[in-house]
Amino acid sequence: MAMVTIDGRKVQVDAGATILEAADKLGIDIPTLCHHPDLEVQAVCRICVVEIEGEKLLQPACAFPVRDNMVVHTTTPAVRHARRVNLELILAHHPTDCLQCIRNRNCELQSLAERLGIREIRFEHKLRGLPLDESTPSIVREPDKCISCRRCVAMCRDVQAATVLWPVGRGADVVVAPACERDLADAACALCGQCIHACPVGAIAERDDTDRVFRALADPNKHVVVQTAPATRVSIGEELGFPPGRIFTGKLVAALRRLGFDKVMDTDFTADLTIIEEGNELLKRIKEGGPLPLITSCSPGWIKFGEHFFPDLLEYVSTCKSPQQMFGALVKTYYARRAGIDPKDIVSVSLMPCTAKKFEADRPEMASSGYQDVDIVLTSRELGRMIREVGIDFRSLPDDEHDAPMGISTGAAAIFGATGGVMEAALRTVYEVATGLELPNIDLEEVRGLEGIKEAEVMLGDVKVRVGVAHGLANAKTILELVRDKEREYHFIEIMACPGGCVGGGGQPIPTDMEIRGIRGNALYEADRLLPLRKSHENPAIKQIYEDFLIEPLGEVSHKLLHTHYTQREKYPGTQDACD
Amino acid sequence: MQFYRSHVLVCGGTPCILKGCKAVRDALIDELKRRGLDEEIRVVETGCLGPCDLGPVIVVYPEGTLYERVQVGDVPRIVEEHLLKGRVIPSLTGEGRLAGVVGYEEPTYLASQERIVLRNCGIIDPSSIEEYIARDGYRALGKCLTEMEPLDVIEVVRQSGLVGRGGAAFPTGLKWGFTANAESEQKFIICNADEGEPGTFKDRLILEGDPHNILEAMAIAGYAVGASCGYVYIRGEYVLSIERINEAIEQAKVFGLLGEDIFGSGFSFDVQVVKGAGAYVCGEETALIESMEGGRGEPRIKPPYPGTHGFLGKPTVVNNVETLANIPPIMLNGAQWYRGFGTSKCPGTKVFTMIGDINSKGLIEVPMGITLRRVIYEIGGGIPGGRDFKMAQTGGTSGGCLPREMLDVPMDYFTLPEVGSALGSGALLIMDDSHCIVDIAESFMRFFVRESCGKCVPCREGTARLHDIIRKISQGNGTYEDLRLIRDLSHAMQGTSLCGLGQSAPVPIMTMLKYFKDEFEAHIKNRLCPTGTCRL
Repeated sequence: MAMVTIDGRKVQVDAGATILEAADKLGIDIPTLCHHPDLEVQAVCRICVVEIEGEKLLQPACAFPVRDNMVVHTTTPAVRHARRVNLELILAHHPTDCLQCIRNRNCELQSLAERLGIREIRFEHKLRGLPLDESTPSIVREPDKCISCRRCVAMCRDVQAATVLWPVGRGADVVVAPACERDLADAACALCGQCIHACPVGAIAERDDTDRVFRALADPNKHVVVQTAPATRVSIGEELGFPPGRIFTGKLVAALRRLGFDKVMDTDFTADLTIIEEGNELLKRIKEGGPLPLITSCSPGWIKFGEHFFPDLLEYVSTCKSPQQMFGALVKTYYARRAGIDPKDIVSVSLMPCTAKKFEADRPEMASSGYQDVDIVLTSRELGRMIREVGIDFRSLPDDEHDAPMGISTGAAAIFGATGGVMEAALRTVYEVATGLELPNIDLEEVRGLEGIKEAEVMLGDVKVRVGVAHGLANAKTILELVRDKEREYHFIEIMACPGGCVGGGGQPIPTDMEIRGIRGNALYEADRLLPLRKSHENPAIKQIYEDFLIEPLGEVSHKLLHTHYTQREKYPGTQDACD
Repeated sequence: MQFYRSHVLVCGGTPCILKGCKAVRDALIDELKRRGLDEEIRVVETGCLGPCDLGPVIVVYPEGTLYERVQVGDVPRIVEEHLLKGRVIPSLTGEGRLAGVVGYEEPTYLASQERIVLRNCGIIDPSSIEEYIARDGYRALGKCLTEMEPLDVIEVVRQSGLVGRGGAAFPTGLKWGFTANAESEQKFIICNADEGEPGTFKDRLILEGDPHNILEAMAIAGYAVGASCGYVYIRGEYVLSIERINEAIEQAKVFGLLGEDIFGSGFSFDVQVVKGAGAYVCGEETALIESMEGGRGEPRIKPPYPGTHGFLGKPTVVNNVETLANIPPIMLNGAQWYRGFGTSKCPGTKVFTMIGDINSKGLIEVPMGITLRRVIYEIGGGIPGGRDFKMAQTGGTSGGCLPREMLDVPMDYFTLPEVGSALGSGALLIMDDSHCIVDIAESFMRFFVRESCGKCVPCREGTARLHDIIRKISQGNGTYEDLRLIRDLSHAMQGTSLCGLGQSAPVPIMTMLKYFKDEFEAHIKNRLCPTGTCRL
């Protein structure tokens, strides 16, 4: 323990704590910019500098460890002066068109300038005029807005193990970008969008597809349907002013109807369907002796990451499409036939917590209905903007229900949005299908929670099934290397690209940090607990679609519509071309 | 061992190579052979002798006659007249400060210096471990390994008062102590030879002229702190230094002075060379380590310091070349002997590289605390063309600029900071009254703009802005507000930059504003450049 005096007040903190942490304990909120609670300390913005007695220079509170009897001053004239100069330097190199920025009113730089009362920037305003990177369907990079805080670098390297974003160049010309300042499309980027959550400003954002949706909704010749992903109902409230952790399924459905969607259906339905298909795939592989482990395929960020970094392991990945793509294929076949609508007139929209879903929907193989199965993907943030733009009073909306039958789902589908949820949902079904017995304990606590890698063992009759769960691509990498090196044997692995699972997806409301990811995940488990049906195979709409249309799991129709294949991609795309 | 009646030392430092010393050496060897003198007179290519602007330089021993600006065409005459007939050729012994250095003593140019670090430079053949050993080489290592405990070695270094010669002046003994006290299976010694300060070329010439000195010192450091592995991180452009140090490593291994179980003491030590890729900031110790690990050349957050968390996260001593070069003599002669040089607060000598408007450019080693005036006018031979002294920048581009009034300030690591400057790496840039302060400031800042790594805000953005503002003034568009902004910005950069680069980049500008404010104001108020340099 160390006794520290900050601004004349004493506090006892753990030895090794930073000044920032000590100040926080005293209720002193030292301004920061490049600091992020979930990421490695950067200490590059030099906004949080403080004066320490006995130290010649000002020191960053975020990085400097406390010593016993240290005396710190956080608001001396020297500190305030240095902070302002450093902030002015950043602002003089950053666009000032805040009104047009996607992060307007949700920007840490803007808030900081307001907080420090910056009324004048004494340096000449200069922008670099760097081009936008709109090379992917998921993410737009605007390097001119980048303040080189390097949070995305830490996120991409440490949390997501992709190391796509990196400082390029030197001095004031430094820009955070893929190597050689290439476009994201030319890098081994999973398009998970976690960099967006790391970014304090608007330098990285989702591609905005709201206008395409508004145009489809306004077209009388189009039948516009929307599916809502499990993790969006728990996050949409945050976009509309509610604190994290509240589930708004009913209001979400109502809001989508008000926006003019012809049918509001639920990805939870195809989440249940995924469990049936993937569960049977697992049982088949166990019976036939492999290839094992079976690895889940719901997370398109993980799929793209795997294609780049683990192309040798793709045979283990489930051939099941993600729930979004199963849904898309069924909307333009099963649903179109039932509703008597020509599938060419259907616009299939999905509401997703995810930026990688935009890329997934655009994959050329995702057209098994004869049309692109999903036409437009909206993230939670985009839908939030649409609801605000139209002026729907979310708070006072009634609770509506999803349209049947592709809106009927179980608690197993609800927990798809949290890490471990797919695994838990699958085991609920697989156990009962394999053993014919009822699962003794439906809540599989071992695979819940924010531990990076979780493991469990379940007896399926006389087979001991060993499962693993990883969320965040660095954890995924760890578990996949264990598999590749045959250091650990699993039967079934769930991988979600984003920390916390889909509740922490790259398309979720900003801020999304570990604490919020946990709150959202817990809310989903709570929703599951309260539902009458909590096992996918008990979903009556699922039983019906097999009777009416799919005939049997892993059957011919399923094979055509619900299963897919993967593409081997390079770890260093295009490295035969030297950097310019 | 063969004896020779004369030795002709040909300075083989890089500055002399640029002036054609290799051809002179070859011509000498050929001429001696042609006349059948090659059995009695030996030609030795040495490291740098110091007076770089006078190269190619040769010294004939035992007389100690120094010939300057020797051309291939002069060689037959030198052999005929001096080596055969024993007559010194006055026309080649130069004019001014080096004229008439004849006799059985060292040239006066050297006599006014105090050579500890450079004791072998220009004297021995750096490619010969035997010559190094003949000058007491590796005796200090032997003494440490066989007579002293590691902690005693550190104690001697501590008592000697030696501080880091790379510029930061951190007490070397203290630094070694941190690493010695750190618990770790593996520790490292890194010799920082990534000499990037403009105008500084001392480390290069030390390595070229006396590579074994550095290896011996690194092995002593390794013994003292418990490291068995050393790296010399050298600028990639220092081709000859790299060649010489690699050659020396091989020789030392053959002699059992590096490698396993040195002197049968049980202590083992190996050295490898790592080439730097040209970033100035990689001279900063944590950036150097980052670069060695394959990362982007950028400084790390301190604390923790390399002494406990260095290369590969292990305790690591990073010492500058010149710092290390002091170690063997200190160990051999003792701390008290070393404290006999320089000042009581800052003992020892300092190697300076003199450049700019000074008659004698090159490498010198003088006691700490010597005044600028003595260096410029006694050793350096004054300002060329009879012009007036305007300013001297001490410590390289990141050092301060001192006016005429400061000519008598003692130059050491503690006094110079008191007047806003720094001793730094020991580069001395002398400027006469024909130069414009604003123009010089702009050129200095241009360097930092290029070399800022771009990691922290004050340096990344600040260097570029300082440059912009100064350029604006030099173009006649400056305001008094700009001068205030320079000061504000400089304070923030000095106080909050992540590493020494950003912290010291404003130092030259700050001292210029302090001592040459009038000249800035002339550019602003009168839109006039007093020296006529700036095109307003």
